[in-house]
Amino acid sequence: MKKTTSAAEAISSIPEGATMMIGGFMGVGTPEHLIDELVRQNKGNLTLITNDTARPGVGVGKLIEARLVKHVIASHIGTNPETQRQMIAKELSVELVPQGTLVEQIRCGGFGLGGVLTPTAVGTLAAEGKRSLEINGEQYLLELPLKADIALIKARQCDYYGNLQYRLTAQNFNPIMAMAGATVYVEADELVPAGCIAPDDVHTPGILVDYIIKSKVMA
Amino acid sequence: MNDKELIARRVAREIQPGSLVNLGIGLPTMVAQYVPAEANVFFQSENGIIGIGGLPDGMENPSLSDAGGGMIGALPGAAAFDSAFSFGLIRGGHLDMTVLGGLQVDSQGRLANWIIPGERVPGMGGAMDLVTRARKVIVAMIHTAKGQVKIVDKLNLPITSGRRVDLIVTELAVIKPCEEGLILKEVAPGVEVAEVRAATEAELIITEPVTTMELE
Repeated sequence: MKKTTSAAEAISSIPEGATMMIGGFMGVGTPEHLIDELVRQNKGNLTLITNDTARPGVGVGKLIEARLVKHVIASHIGTNPETQRQMIAKELSVELVPQGTLVEQIRCGGFGLGGVLTPTAVGTLAAEGKRSLEINGEQYLLELPLKADIALIKARQCDYYGNLQYRLTAQNFNPIMAMAGATVYVEADELVPAGCIAPDDVHTPGILVDYIIKSKVMA
Repeated sequence: MNDKELIARRVAREIQPGSLVNLGIGLPTMVAQYVPAEANVFFQSENGIIGIGGLPDGMENPSLSDAGGGMIGALPGAAAFDSAFSFGLIRGGHLDMTVLGGLQVDSQGRLANWIIPGERVPGMGGAMDLVTRARKVIVAMIHTAKGQVKIVDKLNLPITSGRRVDLIVTELAVIKPCEEGLILKEVAPGVEVAEVRAATEAELIITEPVTTMELE
Protein backbone atom coordinates (compact mmCIF):
# COMPACT_ATOMS: atom_id res chain seq x y z
CA MET A 1 0.00 0.00 0.00
CA LYS A 2 1.17 3.48 -0.84
CA LYS A 3 0.97 6.57 1.23
CA THR A 4 -2.14 8.57 0.46
CA THR A 5 -1.84 12.08 1.70
CA SER A 6 -3.33 15.54 1.41
CA ALA A 7 -2.03 18.02 -1.12
CA ALA A 8 -1.00 20.34 1.74
CA GLU A 9 1.08 17.67 3.45
CA ALA A 10 2.59 16.41 0.19
CA ILE A 11 3.72 19.85 -0.93
CA SER A 12 5.08 20.77 2.52
CA SER A 13 7.73 18.06 2.09
CA ILE A 14 9.06 19.65 -1.12
CA PRO A 15 12.08 21.93 -0.60
CA GLU A 16 12.37 25.40 -2.10
CA GLY A 17 14.57 25.49 -5.17
CA ALA A 18 13.62 21.95 -6.24
CA THR A 19 13.92 20.81 -9.83
CA MET A 20 10.42 19.76 -10.75
CA MET A 21 8.79 18.04 -13.70
CA ILE A 22 5.08 18.72 -14.06
CA GLY A 23 2.89 16.80 -16.50
CA GLY A 24 0.38 18.43 -18.78
CA PHE A 25 -0.12 20.05 -22.17
CA MET A 26 -1.70 23.50 -22.10
CA GLY A 27 -3.03 22.60 -18.66
CA VAL A 28 -4.65 19.35 -19.85
CA GLY A 29 -3.34 16.52 -17.66
CA THR A 30 -1.80 18.89 -15.11
CA PRO A 31 -2.19 18.27 -11.34
CA GLU A 32 -4.00 21.56 -10.65
CA HIS A 33 -4.58 20.91 -6.99
CA LEU A 34 -0.89 20.30 -6.29
CA ILE A 35 -0.05 23.45 -8.21
CA ASP A 36 -2.55 25.47 -6.17
CA GLU A 37 -0.85 24.12 -3.07
CA LEU A 38 2.64 25.09 -4.32
CA VAL A 39 1.29 28.61 -4.77
CA ARG A 40 -0.42 28.66 -1.35
CA GLN A 41 2.77 27.47 0.38
CA ASN A 42 4.85 29.88 -1.73
CA LYS A 43 7.47 27.29 -2.73
CA GLY A 44 9.85 29.42 -4.74
CA ASN A 45 13.05 29.31 -6.74
CA LEU A 46 11.86 26.30 -8.72
CA THR A 47 13.41 24.88 -11.84
CA LEU A 48 10.47 23.73 -13.92
CA ILE A 49 10.60 21.10 -16.67
CA THR A 50 7.30 21.01 -18.51
CA ASN A 51 5.97 21.04 -22.06
CA ASP A 52 4.59 24.58 -22.01
CA THR A 53 3.63 27.28 -19.51
CA ALA A 54 -0.10 27.09 -20.38
CA ARG A 55 -1.99 30.34 -19.86
CA PRO A 56 -2.21 32.74 -16.92
CA GLY A 57 -4.44 31.16 -14.27
CA VAL A 58 -4.20 27.69 -15.83
CA GLY A 59 -1.89 24.79 -14.88
CA VAL A 60 1.77 25.72 -14.43
CA GLY A 61 0.83 29.22 -15.59
CA LYS A 62 -0.19 29.79 -11.96
CA LEU A 63 3.40 29.12 -10.80
CA ILE A 64 4.74 31.64 -13.31
CA GLU A 65 2.24 34.29 -12.23
CA ALA A 66 3.14 33.71 -8.56
CA ARG A 67 6.83 34.14 -9.50
CA LEU A 68 7.84 30.82 -8.04
CA VAL A 69 9.91 29.75 -11.05
CA LYS A 70 13.50 30.88 -11.70
CA HIS A 71 14.25 28.63 -14.68
CA VAL A 72 11.97 26.82 -17.09
CA ILE A 73 12.78 24.17 -19.70
CA ALA A 74 9.85 23.91 -22.12
CA SER A 75 8.97 23.63 -25.81
CA HIS A 76 6.44 26.46 -25.96
CA ILE A 77 5.69 29.58 -23.92
CA GLY A 78 3.75 31.52 -26.56
CA THR A 79 0.34 31.17 -24.93
CA ASN A 80 1.46 32.75 -21.66
CA PRO A 81 2.27 36.47 -21.97
CA GLU A 82 3.45 36.52 -18.35
CA THR A 83 6.22 33.99 -19.11
CA GLN A 84 7.34 36.17 -22.02
CA ARG A 85 7.23 39.32 -19.87
CA GLN A 86 9.33 37.76 -17.08
CA MET A 87 11.77 36.36 -19.65
CA ILE A 88 12.26 39.75 -21.33
CA ALA A 89 12.62 41.44 -17.90
CA LYS A 90 15.25 38.76 -17.06
CA GLU A 91 13.29 37.66 -13.99
CA LEU A 92 12.99 34.16 -15.41
CA SER A 93 15.37 32.20 -17.62
CA VAL A 94 13.80 30.09 -20.36
CA GLU A 95 15.36 27.20 -22.27
CA LEU A 96 13.33 26.29 -25.34
CA VAL A 97 13.64 22.70 -26.57
CA PRO A 98 11.76 20.99 -29.42
CA GLN A 99 8.87 19.03 -27.98
CA GLY A 100 9.96 15.64 -29.29
CA THR A 101 13.47 16.27 -27.98
CA LEU A 102 12.23 17.36 -24.55
CA VAL A 103 10.20 14.21 -24.03
CA GLU A 104 13.14 12.05 -25.20
CA GLN A 105 15.52 13.82 -22.78
CA ILE A 106 13.10 13.06 -19.95
CA ARG A 107 12.75 9.48 -21.18
CA CYS A 108 16.55 9.10 -21.17
CA GLY A 109 16.63 10.40 -17.60
CA GLY A 110 14.08 7.88 -16.43
CA PHE A 111 15.23 4.95 -18.54
CA GLY A 112 18.92 5.05 -17.67
CA LEU A 113 20.19 6.14 -21.08
CA GLY A 114 23.17 8.42 -21.58
CA GLY A 115 21.43 10.47 -24.23
CA VAL A 116 19.56 10.24 -27.49
CA LEU A 117 20.44 11.13 -31.10
CA THR A 118 17.78 13.08 -32.94
CA PRO A 119 17.70 14.68 -36.40
CA THR A 120 15.41 17.40 -35.03
CA ALA A 121 16.92 20.91 -34.71
CA VAL A 122 20.13 20.14 -36.62
CA GLY A 123 21.41 23.45 -38.03
CA THR A 124 18.96 25.59 -36.01
CA LEU A 125 19.36 27.94 -33.04
CA ALA A 126 18.22 25.09 -30.80
CA ALA A 127 21.39 23.16 -31.71
CA GLU A 128 23.73 25.73 -30.18
CA GLY A 129 26.14 24.22 -27.70
CA LYS A 130 25.11 20.66 -28.55
CA ARG A 131 27.28 17.92 -29.99
CA SER A 132 26.51 16.87 -33.52
CA LEU A 133 27.26 13.36 -34.80
CA GLU A 134 27.13 11.86 -38.26
CA ILE A 135 25.59 8.38 -38.28
CA ASN A 136 25.24 6.51 -41.59
CA GLY A 137 25.66 9.75 -43.47
CA GLU A 138 23.01 11.70 -41.58
CA GLN A 139 23.48 14.45 -39.00
CA TYR A 140 22.06 14.02 -35.49
CA LEU A 141 22.20 16.04 -32.29
CA LEU A 142 23.20 14.40 -29.04
CA GLU A 143 20.56 15.33 -26.48
CA LEU A 144 21.36 14.62 -22.85
CA PRO A 145 19.11 13.15 -20.16
CA LEU A 146 16.91 15.25 -17.89
CA LYS A 147 16.03 14.19 -14.36
CA ALA A 148 14.21 15.92 -11.54
CA ASP A 149 13.98 15.86 -7.75
CA ILE A 150 10.21 15.83 -8.00
CA ALA A 151 7.64 14.79 -10.60
CA LEU A 152 4.06 15.98 -10.22
CA ILE A 153 1.78 13.73 -12.23
CA LYS A 154 -1.92 13.78 -13.06
CA ALA A 155 -3.85 10.53 -13.57
CA ARG A 156 -7.44 9.62 -14.10
CA GLN A 157 -7.42 6.56 -11.85
CA CYS A 158 -5.00 5.41 -9.19
CA ASP A 159 -5.27 2.30 -7.06
CA TYR A 160 -3.84 1.98 -3.55
CA TYR A 161 -0.63 0.49 -4.93
CA GLY A 162 -0.17 3.59 -7.05
CA ASN A 163 -0.95 1.93 -10.40
CA LEU A 164 -2.06 4.64 -12.79
CA GLN A 165 -4.31 5.01 -15.75
CA TYR A 166 -4.40 8.24 -17.72
CA ARG A 167 -7.18 9.61 -19.84
CA LEU A 168 -7.10 10.61 -23.53
CA THR A 169 -4.74 13.53 -24.23
CA ALA A 170 -4.28 14.15 -20.50
CA GLN A 171 -1.64 11.43 -20.74
CA ASN A 172 1.01 13.46 -22.65
CA PHE A 173 4.26 13.82 -20.60
CA ASN A 174 2.90 12.20 -17.41
CA PRO A 175 4.03 8.56 -17.81
CA ILE A 176 7.49 9.62 -19.01
CA MET A 177 7.96 12.05 -16.11
CA ALA A 178 6.83 9.40 -13.63
CA MET A 179 10.03 7.53 -14.59
CA ALA A 180 12.34 10.55 -14.33
CA GLY A 181 11.43 12.13 -10.99
CA ALA A 182 13.27 10.94 -7.85
CA THR A 183 10.07 11.40 -5.84
CA VAL A 184 6.76 11.07 -7.64
CA TYR A 185 3.51 12.65 -6.47
CA VAL A 186 0.31 11.66 -8.23
CA GLU A 187 -2.91 13.60 -8.20
CA ALA A 188 -5.74 11.32 -9.34
CA ASP A 189 -9.37 12.01 -10.17
CA GLU A 190 -10.41 8.67 -8.67
CA LEU A 191 -8.80 6.44 -6.06
CA VAL A 192 -9.86 2.83 -6.58
CA PRO A 193 -9.19 -0.44 -4.75
CA ALA A 194 -6.27 -2.56 -5.97
CA GLY A 195 -7.44 -4.80 -8.79
CA CYS A 196 -9.88 -2.29 -10.27
CA ILE A 197 -7.37 -1.36 -12.96
CA ALA A 198 -6.61 -4.55 -14.88
CA PRO A 199 -2.87 -5.23 -15.38
CA ASP A 200 -3.22 -4.68 -19.13
CA ASP A 201 -4.74 -1.26 -18.50
CA VAL A 202 -2.05 0.07 -16.15
CA HIS A 203 -0.11 2.84 -17.90
CA THR A 204 2.34 3.50 -15.06
CA PRO A 205 3.15 0.73 -12.55
CA GLY A 206 2.58 1.76 -8.93
CA ILE A 207 6.14 1.00 -7.91
CA LEU A 208 7.13 4.36 -9.43
CA VAL A 209 4.68 6.36 -7.33
CA ASP A 210 5.62 7.68 -3.89
CA TYR A 211 2.61 9.76 -2.80
CA ILE A 212 -1.04 9.64 -3.83
CA ILE A 213 -3.30 12.66 -3.60
CA LYS A 214 -7.00 12.66 -4.42
CA SER A 215 -7.82 15.47 -6.79
CA LYS A 216 -10.35 18.01 -5.64
CA VAL A 217 -10.36 19.50 -9.10
CA MET A 218 -12.35 17.19 -11.33
CA ALA A 219 -11.06 16.74 -14.85
CA MET B 1 -14.51 32.53 -50.51
CA ASN B 2 -11.95 34.29 -48.33
CA ASP B 3 -8.19 33.82 -48.67
CA LYS B 4 -7.83 31.37 -45.80
CA GLU B 5 -10.68 29.20 -47.03
CA LEU B 6 -9.14 29.13 -50.51
CA ILE B 7 -5.81 27.99 -49.09
CA ALA B 8 -7.46 25.36 -46.88
CA ARG B 9 -9.49 24.00 -49.82
CA ARG B 10 -6.42 23.72 -52.04
CA VAL B 11 -4.33 22.01 -49.34
CA ALA B 12 -7.18 19.55 -48.68
CA ARG B 13 -6.74 18.28 -52.26
CA GLU B 14 -3.19 17.18 -51.43
CA ILE B 15 -4.34 14.80 -48.71
CA GLN B 16 -4.36 11.14 -49.68
CA PRO B 17 -7.19 8.82 -48.56
CA GLY B 18 -6.30 6.76 -45.50
CA SER B 19 -3.25 8.83 -44.60
CA LEU B 20 -2.08 10.15 -41.23
CA VAL B 21 -1.94 13.96 -41.15
CA ASN B 22 -0.94 16.54 -38.54
CA LEU B 23 -2.41 20.02 -38.93
CA GLY B 24 -0.78 23.00 -37.24
CA ILE B 25 -2.63 25.60 -35.22
CA GLY B 26 -4.57 28.37 -37.01
CA LEU B 27 -5.08 28.29 -40.76
CA PRO B 28 -3.83 24.69 -41.19
CA THR B 29 -6.53 23.46 -38.78
CA MET B 30 -9.17 24.68 -41.27
CA VAL B 31 -7.99 22.11 -43.84
CA ALA B 32 -9.84 19.29 -42.04
CA GLN B 33 -13.20 20.89 -42.91
CA TYR B 34 -12.57 20.32 -46.61
CA VAL B 35 -11.45 16.71 -46.45
CA PRO B 36 -14.44 14.45 -47.15
CA ALA B 37 -15.25 11.93 -44.40
CA GLU B 38 -15.18 9.07 -46.94
CA ALA B 39 -11.47 9.77 -47.55
CA ASN B 40 -10.90 8.06 -44.19
CA VAL B 41 -8.06 10.40 -43.27
CA PHE B 42 -6.65 10.15 -39.75
CA PHE B 43 -5.70 13.41 -38.09
CA GLN B 44 -3.04 13.36 -35.41
CA SER B 45 -2.52 15.95 -32.72
CA GLU B 46 0.98 15.81 -31.25
CA ASN B 47 -0.25 16.05 -27.66
CA GLY B 48 -1.23 12.42 -28.07
CA ILE B 49 -4.10 11.35 -30.29
CA ILE B 50 -4.92 9.92 -33.71
CA GLY B 51 -8.53 10.31 -34.80
CA ILE B 52 -9.50 13.89 -34.04
CA GLY B 53 -13.09 14.57 -35.00
CA GLY B 54 -15.64 17.33 -34.77
CA LEU B 55 -16.99 18.10 -31.33
CA PRO B 56 -20.75 17.95 -30.80
CA ASP B 57 -22.02 20.84 -28.64
CA GLY B 58 -21.93 20.10 -24.95
CA MET B 59 -19.67 17.04 -25.35
CA GLU B 60 -16.41 18.73 -24.34
CA ASN B 61 -14.13 16.56 -22.23
CA PRO B 62 -11.50 18.41 -20.18
CA SER B 63 -9.06 15.54 -20.85
CA LEU B 64 -9.35 15.82 -24.63
CA SER B 65 -7.78 18.72 -26.47
CA ASP B 66 -5.74 19.52 -29.56
CA ALA B 67 -2.19 20.88 -29.58
CA GLY B 68 -3.51 24.42 -29.17
CA GLY B 69 -5.41 23.43 -26.04
CA GLY B 70 -8.76 23.66 -27.86
CA MET B 71 -11.44 21.12 -27.01
CA ILE B 72 -11.88 18.42 -29.66
CA GLY B 73 -13.81 15.24 -30.27
CA ALA B 74 -12.45 11.77 -30.98
CA LEU B 75 -13.85 9.59 -33.76
CA PRO B 76 -14.66 5.90 -33.41
CA GLY B 77 -11.31 4.22 -34.05
CA ALA B 78 -9.31 6.96 -32.31
CA ALA B 79 -6.24 6.09 -30.25
CA ALA B 80 -4.60 8.06 -27.43
CA PHE B 81 -0.96 7.78 -26.32
CA ASP B 82 1.85 9.60 -24.54
CA SER B 83 4.12 12.33 -25.93
CA ALA B 84 7.14 10.06 -26.51
CA PHE B 85 5.02 7.76 -28.68
CA SER B 86 3.43 10.73 -30.44
CA PHE B 87 6.80 12.14 -31.47
CA GLY B 88 7.98 8.66 -32.38
CA LEU B 89 5.16 8.66 -34.93
CA ILE B 90 6.36 12.01 -36.24
CA ARG B 91 10.12 11.38 -36.37
CA GLY B 92 9.85 7.69 -37.22
CA GLY B 93 8.37 8.23 -40.68
CA HIS B 94 4.83 7.19 -39.74
CA LEU B 95 3.29 10.61 -40.32
CA ASP B 96 2.35 11.03 -43.98
CA MET B 97 1.90 14.78 -43.98
CA THR B 98 2.03 17.90 -41.88
CA VAL B 99 0.51 21.26 -42.77
CA LEU B 100 2.05 24.23 -41.00
CA GLY B 101 1.90 28.00 -41.10
CA GLY B 102 4.97 30.03 -42.02
CA LEU B 103 6.63 33.36 -41.27
CA GLN B 104 9.10 33.03 -44.16
CA VAL B 105 10.17 30.48 -46.76
CA ASP B 106 13.36 30.98 -48.77
CA SER B 107 14.41 30.15 -52.33
CA GLN B 108 15.66 26.75 -51.15
CA GLY B 109 12.29 25.96 -49.61
CA ARG B 110 13.49 26.27 -46.04
CA LEU B 111 10.90 27.36 -43.49
CA ALA B 112 11.10 29.82 -40.60
CA ASN B 113 8.06 29.73 -38.32
CA TRP B 114 9.00 29.65 -34.65
CA ILE B 115 10.66 32.86 -33.53
CA ILE B 116 11.04 36.56 -34.31
CA PRO B 117 14.12 37.34 -32.22
CA GLY B 118 13.61 40.26 -29.86
CA GLU B 119 9.95 40.51 -30.74
CA ARG B 120 8.07 37.25 -30.38
CA VAL B 121 9.59 34.14 -28.79
CA PRO B 122 6.79 31.60 -28.49
CA GLY B 123 9.01 28.54 -28.85
CA MET B 124 9.06 25.80 -31.45
CA GLY B 125 6.67 23.38 -29.75
CA GLY B 126 6.50 20.39 -32.11
CA ALA B 127 7.28 22.30 -35.32
CA MET B 128 10.97 21.33 -35.60
CA ASP B 129 10.17 17.61 -35.24
CA LEU B 130 7.30 17.88 -37.72
CA VAL B 131 9.24 19.74 -40.42
CA THR B 132 12.33 17.56 -40.01
CA ARG B 133 10.65 14.19 -40.33
CA ALA B 134 7.05 14.26 -41.59
CA ARG B 135 7.03 12.45 -44.95
CA LYS B 136 5.53 15.50 -46.65
CA VAL B 137 5.56 19.10 -45.39
CA ILE B 138 3.11 21.67 -46.74
CA VAL B 139 3.35 25.33 -45.77
CA ALA B 140 -0.08 26.98 -45.82
CA MET B 141 0.13 30.73 -45.41
CA ILE B 142 -1.02 34.12 -46.61
CA HIS B 143 1.43 35.14 -49.36
CA THR B 144 2.62 38.38 -47.72
CA ALA B 145 2.44 39.89 -44.22
CA LYS B 146 0.93 43.38 -44.35
CA GLY B 147 2.77 44.11 -47.59
CA GLN B 148 6.03 42.48 -46.46
CA VAL B 149 7.24 39.61 -48.61
CA LYS B 150 7.36 36.21 -46.91
CA ILE B 151 8.71 34.11 -49.77
CA VAL B 152 12.19 35.52 -49.73
CA ASP B 153 15.54 35.00 -51.36
CA LYS B 154 17.30 34.49 -48.03
CA LEU B 155 15.68 34.03 -44.64
CA ASN B 156 16.32 36.72 -42.07
CA LEU B 157 14.51 34.71 -39.38
CA PRO B 158 15.95 31.55 -37.75
CA ILE B 159 15.09 28.35 -39.62
CA THR B 160 12.79 25.68 -38.19
CA SER B 161 14.62 22.87 -39.97
CA GLY B 162 17.25 22.49 -42.69
CA ARG B 163 14.78 20.28 -44.60
CA ARG B 164 13.25 21.61 -47.80
CA VAL B 165 9.48 21.75 -47.56
CA ASP B 166 7.48 19.96 -50.26
CA LEU B 167 4.84 22.53 -51.19
CA ILE B 168 3.83 26.12 -50.44
CA VAL B 169 0.15 27.00 -50.81
CA THR B 170 -0.97 30.63 -50.57
CA GLU B 171 -4.06 32.59 -51.65
CA LEU B 172 -2.15 33.50 -54.83
CA ALA B 173 -0.25 30.41 -55.85
CA VAL B 174 0.99 26.85 -55.40
CA ILE B 175 4.78 26.72 -55.37
CA LYS B 176 6.97 23.64 -55.35
CA PRO B 177 10.47 24.02 -53.89
CA CYS B 178 13.09 21.80 -55.49
CA GLU B 179 16.84 21.60 -56.03
CA GLU B 180 16.83 24.37 -58.68
CA GLY B 181 14.64 26.74 -56.70
CA LEU B 182 10.94 27.56 -56.37
CA ILE B 183 8.76 26.31 -59.19
CA LEU B 184 5.47 28.14 -59.78
CA LYS B 185 2.92 25.41 -60.48
CA GLU B 186 -0.51 27.02 -60.10
CA VAL B 187 -2.15 30.39 -59.62
CA ALA B 188 -5.44 31.07 -57.83
CA PRO B 189 -8.49 31.76 -60.05
CA GLY B 190 -8.20 35.27 -61.50
CA VAL B 191 -4.58 35.77 -60.43
CA GLU B 192 -1.87 36.58 -63.00
CA VAL B 193 1.66 35.21 -62.82
CA ALA B 194 2.95 38.79 -62.69
CA GLU B 195 0.94 39.43 -59.51
CA VAL B 196 2.51 36.41 -57.84
CA ARG B 197 5.98 37.52 -58.91
CA ALA B 198 5.35 41.04 -57.60
CA ALA B 199 4.42 39.63 -54.20
CA THR B 200 7.42 37.27 -54.05
CA GLU B 201 11.04 38.21 -53.45
CA ALA B 202 12.54 34.85 -54.38
CA GLU B 203 12.82 33.97 -58.06
CA LEU B 204 9.92 31.84 -59.33
CA ILE B 205 10.82 29.32 -61.98
CA ILE B 206 8.30 28.23 -64.59
CA THR B 207 9.05 24.84 -66.15
CA GLU B 208 5.60 23.81 -67.40
CA PRO B 209 2.49 25.86 -68.18
CA VAL B 210 1.13 27.35 -64.96
CA THR B 211 -2.36 26.03 -64.29
CA THR B 212 -5.27 27.44 -62.28
CA MET B 213 -5.88 26.00 -58.81
CA GLU B 214 -8.70 23.53 -58.55
CA LEU B 215 -10.63 24.00 -55.38
CA GLU B 216 -13.62 21.67 -55.42
